Order: sequence, then C-alpha cells, then structure tokens
Amino acid sequence: MSRRGRSTTGRLPVVLLLPALLGLAFLLVPLIGLLAKAPWSTLPSRLFSADVWQALRLSLLCASLATVVCLLLGIPLAWVLARASIPGRGLIRALVTVPLVLPPVVGGVALLLVLGRRGLIGERLDLWFGFSLPFTTAGVVVAEAFVAMPFLVISVEGALRAADPRYEEAAATLGASRWLTFRRVTLPSIAPGVVAGAVLCWARALGEFGATITFAGNLPGRTTTMPLAVYLALETDPDVAVVLSLVLLLVSVVVLASLRERWISGLR
Amino acid sequence: MFRRTAIAVLTAVAAFSLAGCGNDSPAASSSGSSTTNLSGTINVFAAASLTGSFTQLGKDFEKAHPGVKVTFNFAGSSALAQQINQGAPADVFASASPKNMDQVTDKNSPTTFVKNTLEIAVPVGNQGKITGLKDFADKNKKIALCAAQVPCGAAAEKVFKAAGITPQPDSLEQDVKAALTKVSLGEVDAALVYKTDVLSAKDKVEGIEFPEADKAINEYPIATLTKAQNPEGAKAFVAYVLSDQGKAVLTAAGFDAP
Amino acid sequence: MTLYADVRVRRGAFDLSLDLTVEPGEVVALLGPNGAGKTTALRAIAGLLPLGAGRVALGNEVWDEPPRVFRTADRRPIGVVFQDYLLFDHLSALENVAFGLRARGVDKHAARAEALRWLDAVGLASYARSRPRALSGGQAQRVALVRALATSPGVLLLDEPLAALDASTTLHVRAELGQHLSRYEGRTLLVTHDPLDAMVLADRLVIVENGRVVQEGRPTDIARRPRTEYVAQLVGLNLYRGTASGTTVQLADGGSITLAEPASGPVHVAFPPTAISLYVEPLSGSPRNTWPAVVTGIEQHAHTVRVRLDATPTGPSTLLADITPAAVADLHLSPGQRLHATLKATEIHTYPS
Repeated sequence: MSRRGRSTTGRLPVVLLLPALLGLAFLLVPLIGLLAKAPWSTLPSRLFSADVWQALRLSLLCASLATVVCLLLGIPLAWVLARASIPGRGLIRALVTVPLVLPPVVGGVALLLVLGRRGLIGERLDLWFGFSLPFTTAGVVVAEAFVAMPFLVISVEGALRAADPRYEEAAATLGASRWLTFRRVTLPSIAPGVVAGAVLCWARALGEFGATITFAGNLPGRTTTMPLAVYLALETDPDVAVVLSLVLLLVSVVVLASLRERWISGLR
Repeated sequence: MFRRTAIAVLTAVAAFSLAGCGNDSPAASSSGSSTTNLSGTINVFAAASLTGSFTQLGKDFEKAHPGVKVTFNFAGSSALAQQINQGAPADVFASASPKNMDQVTDKNSPTTFVKNTLEIAVPVGNQGKITGLKDFADKNKKIALCAAQVPCGAAAEKVFKAAGITPQPDSLEQDVKAALTKVSLGEVDAALVYKTDVLSAKDKVEGIEFPEADKAINEYPIATLTKAQNPEGAKAFVAYVLSDQGKAVLTAAGFDAP
Repeated sequence: MTLYADVRVRRGAFDLSLDLTVEPGEVVALLGPNGAGKTTALRAIAGLLPLGAGRVALGNEVWDEPPRVFRTADRRPIGVVFQDYLLFDHLSALENVAFGLRARGVDKHAARAEALRWLDAVGLASYARSRPRALSGGQAQRVALVRALATSPGVLLLDEPLAALDASTTLHVRAELGQHLSRYEGRTLLVTHDPLDAMVLADRLVIVENGRVVQEGRPTDIARRPRTEYVAQLVGLNLYRGTASGTTVQLADGGSITLAEPASGPVHVAFPPTAISLYVEPLSGSPRNTWPAVVTGIEQHAHTVRVRLDATPTGPSTLLADITPAAVADLHLSPGQRLHATLKATEIHTYPS
C-alpha cells in the first residue's frame, strides 16, 4: 500500500541517475568512436590475417598466466596485509600500489634493471641458468603481472577485512589447522572478492603495453600482444589498428560479461 | 652606465642574428629580415632522433630571439604525421623520412636538411663481440631492430636486403630511442640505430660503422605547416635550422649534410 | 580425567579469576549476568584466548599454562556450539557436520556417513543437503550441536546455545538438548544468562559475577540458599543481608524485618515473592511486617504478575511480590501507586551469612 507505486526497492534517486549516465557515456565514447571509424568494407580481409590471431592468442594466454601468477602471489600478500600484525604494514600497502602510480614504461625499465640481462637478479639468472626473461613470452607474463597485481591485492585485502573472523575460530575448534581453515573456510567466504580482483587483474594485463614492450620487447609470435600490434599498426595503417582494437575489445567484453554473471550470482 | 652596456649587448646580438640570417637559403630569406618582430610560441614537431640537436637549436634560437619560446614534440615520425593530420597545433614538422612527410597534407614544400646513416650500436665493452652486420644473423646473439613500420626499421630492411643478410632479431622496437635504451642497458648485444643516436649516448654505447650503411641513407625533410598558428615564427625557425649555425649543431650531432 | 580450569584473564579494566572442574558425564553451567566474564572463560578454555595466568588441563594433558604451554584450539579435543551457531554458509548441513571429522583426517566417505548418522539422530537427515540459511533457528541449533559432537570430543563447550531462539522454540529445544547432554559421555560446560537453562540442563551451577565465582553447587541447593541478590532474583527470591538481634533484623540497606524465630549476628534473610500480599489500606492483625511501599515495576509471568516495590524507609528497597491478575485489576495496579505490603514472618528463611 505504498504511495510510491509497486516497486519501492532499487529505485535510483534522480540525483544519482544523471551522473551515472554521464559516466557511462564517457566510458563508451571511445568504443563508439572505434565502431564509427571501422573500415567495415575491408573488415573481413583484414580480420583473417594470421598476425591478428597470433597476437590475440598470445594476449589471451599471457593475460591468463599473469592472472594466475597474481593469484598465487597476491592472495598470500593480501592475507598478510589484512591479518598479520607486523610493523610497517602501512608502508607495505603503499608499496603495493607503486605499479599503479608508475608509468608503465618506467615500470618496464625498472624490471629491466632488476631482471634484465645485466640486472641485479637477472644477471645471476643468466649466469647460472642461461635463462633470461627479456624477449621471452615469460617476460610478457612478468611485465603484465607486475602492473596488474595491485588490483588483485587491494580487492582481496578488502574482502579479507570484511570477512568474519569468528568462522575461522569455529573451524579451529573443529580441529582445522590454519592452512585448512584458510582453504576451506576463509577462501570460499572471500571468493567474490577474489573473482572481482582476478577479473580486474586479467583485464589490466590484457591491455598492458608500456611495460610489456619495454621489458619483453616486440616480436610476432613470441612477445607481440594485441596492444603492441595495434600500436605498430598505427604507424602505417590506422585502419588495421582500429580493427585490431575492436577485436581485442570484443573478446574482452565477451569474457568479462560471461564471467561475472556466473560467479557472482552463484555465490549468493 | 649599465644602460649603455645593455644597449651595446642588445645591438651586438641583433647584428649577430641579422648577420646569420643573411646567409639563409632563398626560401627563408624574407623572414631573416624581420627577426626582431618575432613573438609567441613556435611548436615544432620533430622525429625522435632529432631530440638532442633540435633541443639545442631551440635554445640557441630563443637566445637569438628573446620573447620567443620554442616548444618541441619529439616522437616517431609516423605518430607525429598522424597527429598533425588530426589537427594538432604544429608550426614546423621535421620528419625522419620523406614517406612520413608525404603523409602530411597541409604543408609548404619541404626541404631536406640532413641525412642520417645507420650504425651498429653495442653496449660499452661489446660483450657480444659484434664485428659487423653479419652478426645480426646470429641466432645466439640478442638483437634489437626498429620495427619495419618506423623509418629506421625501413632503412634497416633495405640495408639487410642489400647485404644479403637475414637478421634474427629478438625484438622490433617501436622507435629508435627504445632500441637504443635496450643497448645502453645491456639487454641486447647489438641494435641497428642511427649514427646520431650512437653519438647522443656515447658514454653508454659504442658504435661500429659498416660499409653497407650507405645503401639506405635516410633523408630528413623539414617543412612549415599551412595551418601554423605562428607562420612567421615557423619560417624563422626553419631558416635557422638551415643556416650555418643550425648546420653546425646538426653536424656535431652526427648528421650528414644533405 | 577431570577438566581442570583455573582461568585468570585481564582485559583492560576487566579482571576474571575463576576456577572450576568438570567430571566426565557432568554438565556444569556457568551462569551470570552479561559482562560477568562467562564467555571469556569459555573462550579461554577453548583456546581462542590465552590465559594471563592459571592453568587449563584435561587430566594430565596441559592445554594452557603460561608462560610456556599453550595449545591452540585446533589441537584441543573440544567441540564448541557458538551463540550464533557459525555454520559455514557455503557448505551443506552434512558437510558442516562432517567438517570436524575431515579436519582430523577421516576420509570423505566415512566422514559423510558418520555425519549423516548424527543428523539422523536429531531428525534432520532429510536436510542433509540444505544450506544453513535454509534452516530454521531450531534446526540450525541442532546442526551446530551435532557438528560439535561428531568428533566425539572430550569436552563440549556451549556458549548461550538457546539465546538465538524465539520463546516458543526454546522450550522444546531445551528439552531435546537436555536429552543429548545426558547421553553425552564427555564433560560439558554450558555458559548462559538464563537461569532456566541452568536449572534444567545442569548438574552443577557455577555463578559468576564481575569476574568472580560467587556461588556454586547443585541447582536445588542454590535455589534454596542464594548468596547474592543476583542469584536470588535469578531463582525468584527476595534476599537481604542484615544484622539480627532477637526477632528483629536490621537490613544492611535500610529498613527492618521481624522474624518468627530469633537469631543473632549477620544473617541472610530470604522469602519468596508469593509471601507478600498487597493492600490499599494497612492491615491490622497478625502480620508484623507491614510497610508502605511504592510500585516501581510490573511484569507478567505465565499465570502470575510479579510486582516490584520500594518499601523504604521502613522496609527493603527492592521487594518482589507475586499476585494474581485478578488482584492486579482489583487494586488498579500501576507504577507509582502507593500501597501497603505485608509479609508473613513464618515464610521467612534465615541463615547465617
């Protein structure tokens, strides 16, 4: 019996609606621009060149591997930031956001200085194992993981802080060790936060350019990801660049849209 | 007394500039006589390989024309050409290849002002033991080249074809400065860059000349743009580049005369 | 093997010091007002909180003895039922119950079979696959209980196990819980603020106030001879301290009471609320204890009404009287009303302090 009509929940106040629409338009404008400028007539021929699919496959592979690296290293780091009472935690948290602030190319140079052939650690790697990260696909994964990790750490740390520690106490009283508790009680309870962080991480890794080209270089089939291919295509043929960008956008949107539905709703 | 000294200095500077302008090539001589009427900002879009030399030229020009500011946009020639075509506010365009200059539609007729030759750059100490162009075909060496889409990469392709060598690069960089960075950091054993780049980083890299370099010499054109916001300034700057002072700076940087 | 707990914990201004023992098969209730320290004591015994000083041990196994010995909760053979049950949302009821078994190394199939047996014992076998949020309060409580019991722990700890239930569910859940506890062979420590829980479920009560034990013993003994006002109110008695000389007792907080039999020295004086009668006009006749009083509160209990009165300065400052609803109507009873309260001396119990 509400005067406001049948649906009283979830109605957006008008004050919020306008900025929301503006924000959405702002984000969509580049996409619309690309769609408008696309060479629709010659699209099919450009689309089916081997280089495009090679770059796309490499992009998807490296972004996914980088996300795995971020998960393996980032979740424990997030746990330390959220739960461990060590001194200097605030400093560590600030350092975690460094890749967000650094221009990606600078990040790439920094990676070279440490992991490059003459880098602090890289020199030893090269000397002892004959293995060097620059110019390899592994190098692409490292560069992408570097720029994308903060997204995952911050997201998971937030989820851990919000999680109720009493459930972990309950698990302890049932005889679960700390590792078992983490695996079977804590992780499932923060799963939405982990998924959100991983998605952001993957998207960021997919679009990474500066650190990748600086640290891993650019060679088709080995290190040329889609963003690099787009940038170089711009040098000679902007139309090809537009096509490549659209392909990358389409693939990302499809993957991200399908993921969020299943995982986030399944847990509620 | 101070005022007299100041006037004397200003007169000397003006005379010096006028004298310098007197040696200009015909295309720029008309602007030479009106140097004292210049003002405002001159936006110069120049290829990345001109960074060191043009920055110096800019400073010298500003000293010669107080009240005028020269700002630079250094990037890959192709990116600059696109920016200009999209309406970026450039007064002068100096490109690393005629091809990119041709891409620009609204320009006055360009002049070739320098030439650049390729040179092999190796890290200090030459750990890779590079001796010549044939080392670029060695799979075991780490090599960086410019991507074929950029002028220095196109020149490199020509050189390799002429020498009958198939290079085995580990990376195709998006501009020549990136290739140079990789050499100076010791990440690659060798890269094919311009002579001017080797000179600009002379304490971080060593240069090795090779005979086949003259098979692909890059000509650098410079032009004022028809949509320039400061056409007087643009003409004056181009004249300065083509002047003896300009030539001296460019030659010192390693460019060859056109 | 007795559970022996000498718990001393300091948290800020709060200081807890109690010791208790629980024998196998025994149910001990830790009863006290909120903030008394009962839950803190339970958490210390569970290993969720380290002792400041003291000792917790099961027989010869020392669980906590500062500064050197501390076994974390996962290494103690305990089962805990928490006030909010804390069932794992992402697991089914069956997986919840099996959790403790699997944590201790039992393989998946055996653990699940055992868990199903426990769920069946509480009539919830058909809810094995349900998620906790699909269960009612009473059902969740039962799952929480069998989850704690499934590992056959040596010690069962219950923290306000019935507090989250509504009044109608509480009655029969309490009865069921009593049955399970009597069948359980380990040692049970039950923390509650509800005296009915304690009276019904426990073999022995330990009453805690402000971090100290004020009384312990069997429920019936405590009910008959409460030692503090809290306990007296808990068991529904009027209790006062005073000094007797002959048949008059001067109450410590003011006022006096006439006894039927003489006594002397410091005494506790107790009488049930049913011993008080209320009149509009003062009575003349045999009752010696008649005081003018003001009504300060009225509570409806089952079939009687409990009236709180203030009888200063001649009588006690807090007086509880149980009267019928009809009498409430006759008297037009309301807070602030002035009446006369009468107490029959023969209904008074006196015992030395």
